[in-house]
Amino acid sequence: MATTVIPFGPQHPVLPEPVHLTLKVEDEIVKEAIPALGYVHRGLEKLCEIRDFNQMITVCERVCGICSMIHGACYSQSIEELMGIEIPDRAKLLRVIWSELHRMHSHLLWLGLFADAFGFEALFMQFWKIRERIMDINEATAGSRVIVSVNIIGGVRADLSPDQLRWILSELDIVEKEVRELQDTMMNDYTIKTRTVGIGVMTKAQAWELGAAGPTLRGSGVAQDMRQQGYGGYAFLDFEPVVETAGDCWARSTVRFREVLQSADLVRQAISKLPEGELAVKVKGNPPEGEVYHRVEQPRGECMYYIRGNGTKNLDRLRIRTPTFANIPPLLAMLPECELADVPVIVLSIDPCISCTER
Amino acid sequence: MKGKVIDVTLDNVVGEVMNMKNDGQRLVSFSTYNAGEGKIGILYHFDKALENTHLRLVADMDKPIPSVSGVYFSALLVENEIRDQWDVKFDGLVLDFNRTLLLDPEVTKVPLANNLKIGPKN
Amino acid sequence: MLFTPTVVKNLLKKPATRKYPFEVREPFPKYRGELVIDIDRCIFCSSCERKCPSQCIAVDRDKGTWQCDPYACIYCGYCVDVCPVKCLSMKDVHRKPSTEKTEWIEQGTPPRHKKKETPKDAAPKGTAPVLDKSAAAAEEAAPAATEVAPEAKAEERPAAKDKKKDEKKGKK
Ligand code: SF4
Ligand code: SF4
Repeated sequence: MATTVIPFGPQHPVLPEPVHLTLKVEDEIVKEAIPALGYVHRGLEKLCEIRDFNQMITVCERVCGICSMIHGACYSQSIEELMGIEIPDRAKLLRVIWSELHRMHSHLLWLGLFADAFGFEALFMQFWKIRERIMDINEATAGSRVIVSVNIIGGVRADLSPDQLRWILSELDIVEKEVRELQDTMMNDYTIKTRTVGIGVMTKAQAWELGAAGPTLRGSGVAQDMRQQGYGGYAFLDFEPVVETAGDCWARSTVRFREVLQSADLVRQAISKLPEGELAVKVKGNPPEGEVYHRVEQPRGECMYYIRGNGTKNLDRLRIRTPTFANIPPLLAMLPECELADVPVIVLSIDPCISCTER
Repeated sequence: MKGKVIDVTLDNVVGEVMNMKNDGQRLVSFSTYNAGEGKIGILYHFDKALENTHLRLVADMDKPIPSVSGVYFSALLVENEIRDQWDVKFDGLVLDFNRTLLLDPEVTKVPLANNLKIGPKN
Repeated sequence: MLFTPTVVKNLLKKPATRKYPFEVREPFPKYRGELVIDIDRCIFCSSCERKCPSQCIAVDRDKGTWQCDPYACIYCGYCVDVCPVKCLSMKDVHRKPSTEKTEWIEQGTPPRHKKKETPKDAAPKGTAPVLDKSAAAAEEAAPAATEVAPEAKAEERPAAKDKKKDEKKGKK
């Protein structure tokens, strides 16, 4: 059988972001996939040499547009760990609230894009319509739809008033109701099932060995979620990771779907436990010499920060490993033996975020 | 830093990583840092049931480092990235982009090795 | 006939979208839209310049100008938080798209400041007298080095900034 080489991307209708895959195809069956990155490399890690450690928060927030809050929180938590700062409980829980709102809107965005990938435009529209309510919450409470920019070293810089909390809760009820209306379609629709069930299967052992992260890992039956570590405000909340065992595209989308509902629940828990108190503690001095390694759970999976301080206001090294970076090797293992028409669905099922992969 | 740190050398890094794999650890990623003149520090981060283990390797930048991508396939991306950022060669990479994973072929200066200083904004 | 209820419901429902730009939603009050400065209250302390993560503000204490590159600003609002006299604020609507790149320079009256009785330095025309805080501090620290200072002021702006960086590095 002759091998044909088909390029996928860097510009492809299902992905707004540039990633290139060279697909070696034999009669519609993909035999091998070779990735090529580097179209949006920005060199953000290097910036820590000229921006001081406070200014780096805004840089980290811009590593990824969709989960900017969690990048900012992860960076702040790392620096706080390095400097030995304990932040107020209220700040911890406020970070959780915004983080979980970000997870919800990220997953809703992805669910819409995923529906779009197999051509279900109406579902795409519905998910994005729901997402708009969460964007409004972000905008009204933090001042911006996506890059909320509420983290500072030592706490947060925006507060939620009791009125706003009540409004968030009532909006969340509407969001949850509307999401539940789509549950049956997303999980049981015949067309969706034919496009997702049994496609791009990855077993539990494979996922673990290839270092998959987040919903890609949990979709294969591994109950691992960085929030189990209880970092920040998660120590106060009840939390069980969402797990599916099938390991195919359907399982991964179901994990994300259920995580939307779980995040809504976490926001409610955080609001009910929100104590009164300070928003931030004063931070004095520069990060000392030393290194920290911190992991958080982002919508796309586990994100790792490694920071070396050198006693000055600039950091020695800032290393960011984003979840998609970990999910590309699993993607390469999923693609062989799939049909060419399923490639967009499989690529999307890891929720690729190329800009943050390349930073 | 959270977790246990084990120092390794160029000779036993692959063996130690193999031990980690046999122990059922998951490779999270590598981190690199500048460990003095001409030296690179590499931390191999592992995770098992949320427990962290790190292997620390300090090596010369001009000598090739044995690749662990044969043990963990997922190491290939990060090893290629280190190749881009520090111009450190890896021996036995399963898929070698030869310094073009993130950078373009015509780039001659490697960004992280402190030979390149970002100037202040004008 | 499976879809009849849905069809009827959708016919009676209002659309989920608005007819933007004819119908614009009320802005949320805390939205970080556009940076505005009340230049009359500014005391030219340069706090905002130092805090700004995108380094888009340039405060010139001598001339009394406050300059911001609106295209580099990321609307983070850190300058608003740090300003000691609260003369910076954020409008709740964002800037309209423009077809030309504009500069944004505000001219105010610099405060009288006691350490700065060097009118002869400020005299040369056509040069850009840049005397920022660190340079002033350096002058205070080493009065003997005043001959060096005018040279530095006569340099182009980026060079002066370079110098500032070096000085900061040196202090570390
Ligand atoms: S809003 Fe942020 S980026 Fe813009 S001028 Fe202020 S500090 Fe700088
Ligand atoms: S911080 Fe406020 S007072 Fe100081 S220079 Fe900036 S705008 Fe003026």
